[in-house]
Amino acid sequence: MEIGGIIAYLVSLAIMAGIFAVFALGLNIQCGYTGLVNFGIAGFFCVGAYVSAMITTPMPTGLYAQYVKQLFGFNLPFVIGLLGAALVCGIIAYLIGYPTLRLREDYLAIATIGIAETLRLVFNNEHWLANGPRGLMGLPQPLHWLVEPRHYNYIYLVIVSVVMVVIYIAIERVIRSPWGRVLRAIREDEYSSAMSGKDIFSFKMQSLIFGSMIMGVGGALYAHYTKAISPDVFTPLYGTFIIWVMLMAGGSGNNKGAVVGAFVVWFIWTLAKFLTDFLPYALKARAPYIRFLIIMILLEVILIYRPQGLMGEEKRVSKMMD
Amino acid sequence: MVELIVYGIVLGAIIALGSIGLTLVYGIVRFANFAHGDLMTAGAYVALFLVTGLSAWLGIPDTTFGSLSFGWRMALAFPIAMLCVAGVSILLDRILYRPLRAKRSHPVIMAMSALGAAFIVRMIVLILWGADYRFYRPGVMRPAILLPLGVKIRPDQILLLLVVFSLVILLYLFLQRSKMGKAMRATADNMELARVSGIDTERVIIWTWGIGGALAGAGGILYGIDVQLHGGMGFNLLLPMFAATILGGIGNVYGALVGGLVMGIAQQVSTAYLLPTYKPAVAFIVMILILLIRPQGIFGGGRS
Amino acid sequence: MKVLETKNLVSGYGETDILHDVSIELKEKEIVSIIGPNGAGKSTLLKTIFGLLRPRGGVVELIGAEVTGLSPDRIVRKGMSYVPQVDNVFPSLTIQENLEMGAFIRTDDYGDKLEEVYELFPLLQERKNDKVGKLSGGQRQMIAMGRALMLDPRVLLLDEPSASLAPILVGMIFEKIIDINKTGVAIMVVEQNARETLKISDRGYVLAMGRKVFEDTGKAILENKEVGKLYLGG
Repeated sequence: MEIGGIIAYLVSLAIMAGIFAVFALGLNIQCGYTGLVNFGIAGFFCVGAYVSAMITTPMPTGLYAQYVKQLFGFNLPFVIGLLGAALVCGIIAYLIGYPTLRLREDYLAIATIGIAETLRLVFNNEHWLANGPRGLMGLPQPLHWLVEPRHYNYIYLVIVSVVMVVIYIAIERVIRSPWGRVLRAIREDEYSSAMSGKDIFSFKMQSLIFGSMIMGVGGALYAHYTKAISPDVFTPLYGTFIIWVMLMAGGSGNNKGAVVGAFVVWFIWTLAKFLTDFLPYALKARAPYIRFLIIMILLEVILIYRPQGLMGEEKRVSKMMD
Repeated sequence: MVELIVYGIVLGAIIALGSIGLTLVYGIVRFANFAHGDLMTAGAYVALFLVTGLSAWLGIPDTTFGSLSFGWRMALAFPIAMLCVAGVSILLDRILYRPLRAKRSHPVIMAMSALGAAFIVRMIVLILWGADYRFYRPGVMRPAILLPLGVKIRPDQILLLLVVFSLVILLYLFLQRSKMGKAMRATADNMELARVSGIDTERVIIWTWGIGGALAGAGGILYGIDVQLHGGMGFNLLLPMFAATILGGIGNVYGALVGGLVMGIAQQVSTAYLLPTYKPAVAFIVMILILLIRPQGIFGGGRS
Repeated sequence: MKVLETKNLVSGYGETDILHDVSIELKEKEIVSIIGPNGAGKSTLLKTIFGLLRPRGGVVELIGAEVTGLSPDRIVRKGMSYVPQVDNVFPSLTIQENLEMGAFIRTDDYGDKLEEVYELFPLLQERKNDKVGKLSGGQRQMIAMGRALMLDPRVLLLDEPSASLAPILVGMIFEKIIDINKTGVAIMVVEQNARETLKISDRGYVLAMGRKVFEDTGKAILENKEVGKLYLGG
């Protein structure tokens, strides 16, 4: 491969890692700062992608409409797509948080597995909603007129980076506010006497909604990068598990860790893809499973031996230094 | 409709085997085992290996019992596979969960570890057997018996209900009569007091995982006999299992049994109105309704 | 002969020490009480002796052997039993099953011991197949003590046995403590109800702020005006 090809490849790698970093940042608010277990990232991933896709594409017309059905098509700009994705994900987060956030952590975990599975089934089976298992194609790419199509990834890398940095800064600011301190107190079960059960519920809810909205943005970024989406992408393995591994590897409760974890794990994941190419032919069909197995064993090792991840939690890092 | 309810009881009996184990583990170890569904998958596939691989190699005849779809091979494979899954379940606890418990890890870490274990088990199954749908006896015609009210039921399904019924009776006798069973109930009540009384709670925990795993394995095999085998079969049962556990009151073994039957019936009856693929979603909706109306479960006793 | 002794015991929760250099002893056939104001570390002391808390310093000796830092299920095999203050019964088990759990590690026939416990607490035998969850505080306390006796311990630790009991039951529980002691069990009891406890005690220790501040015979402590004023509420 000549040098240009390698660079192009690295750019595509960085775009995906950047999108995953957005998810990891969203998860970090919920899990890292508040101690909420969201096992349904794939659901928010899916909804974010579909909502943005439908906001930014026009309603199919003519012959095309016979083959592609979708609930709505607004043909609006990319930015509106991102915001719409965030909004709808926030609403779903509220609906799932309402029955579960008063109960033990596990209930949210179980319920989020359920919502992700349910959403995937709905998108898969209801053709009128978003074209069923065939999904949506030809999603618009923002600023595509700036360069030739084959160089478009550079533009998209800039877009993903900008979104990621904006979200990063927003979370950093919010988490250092009194609001963020309350969240951490909730994670550690250190409620101050002034807090009622209602307050705790409300703070958990805000954290769940905030994080899920960011995941919605991540889903939208993914949709406009691949230009085509279908329900089979948003499985628990690909849509949820990898992002958890990223956050745990980088360092839960640390935004830098979330970003670093996303990049490191995505590179390991891609490397594993290369390595499994060397497997004998008989095993090749099962290579994805072997890759997932490796990633999961990596996760379990991290959980037991280095639960603070690569970067550790910020507070603890400073403590180790003095 | 009556037929759907009967099929619901069959499916519910399988779910109940899973949710009983889930509730035992939750009651004693205070741990939501997200890997429980995949333990069922493991049981089904270990039995597949024993029935189609090992039995043939040992020369056990491949005959069937009367009008059932299986014979000696399955009769031998069933208990052996249960023991194997019990072993897997205990190993997962020793290797993955116990170190975290000892460090008093945050619940987030515990939950993550269990989800990881679920995928590890499933990936091993997929690596060894692939993602195709499998049957214990491909292409066997399954004659149905006609019951009153136009209900058709296969002999396999009647036996399945008998097996679940006997396993539940055995578990009841174990918990009520045996020393270890009583110690398990005591530990579920109050682990610290159990230790103070001299009960070796680590041994109790091992038994709990073992029994939970064995029942899950049994459930997986029965599902494989009734429907088919697939790498995702257990994960699809995870939501109804959790719903059944919550419905019956967490830690309540008999509640989990009733909860399992209710979930099975709800899922089967829903197919009259919805696509069958929506079954996990039905379980999810029922679970949300329980959480909204009565989060402690219908039989209370639940520790939240 | 000393059956239980602590030397310079240090213990606590989290990052704070609660007990500082506590040295106490219990001799054969004695009743020894540990009294003091709320938060003095009395319960912490018992929990540390019984291995529920890991000591940070000092030594615990039981019947001449060191048991410092052993887990409760090991210590209970060495002849000492413990009755916690709260949550001291298995509520979903019957009375009989609660007592059987006390004898969990026994492999011999403990039918005689069960009879003995039922003789001590006749009320329990009448209702032996009842679930414990529904019973009253006094009955639960009897079950808890009965459970602790099932292993024929040489030493019994009681954490506030009269707490949250109706006054009429307090006297009954103290009588039972004397009865148990008469069967040859040395008893160390932590109590809020200091005066009543000291009356039945051979000796007593006063704990304050996690330190041993006074020790004497039960009678002498009761008569000591200064200790009375400072620690026994006037």
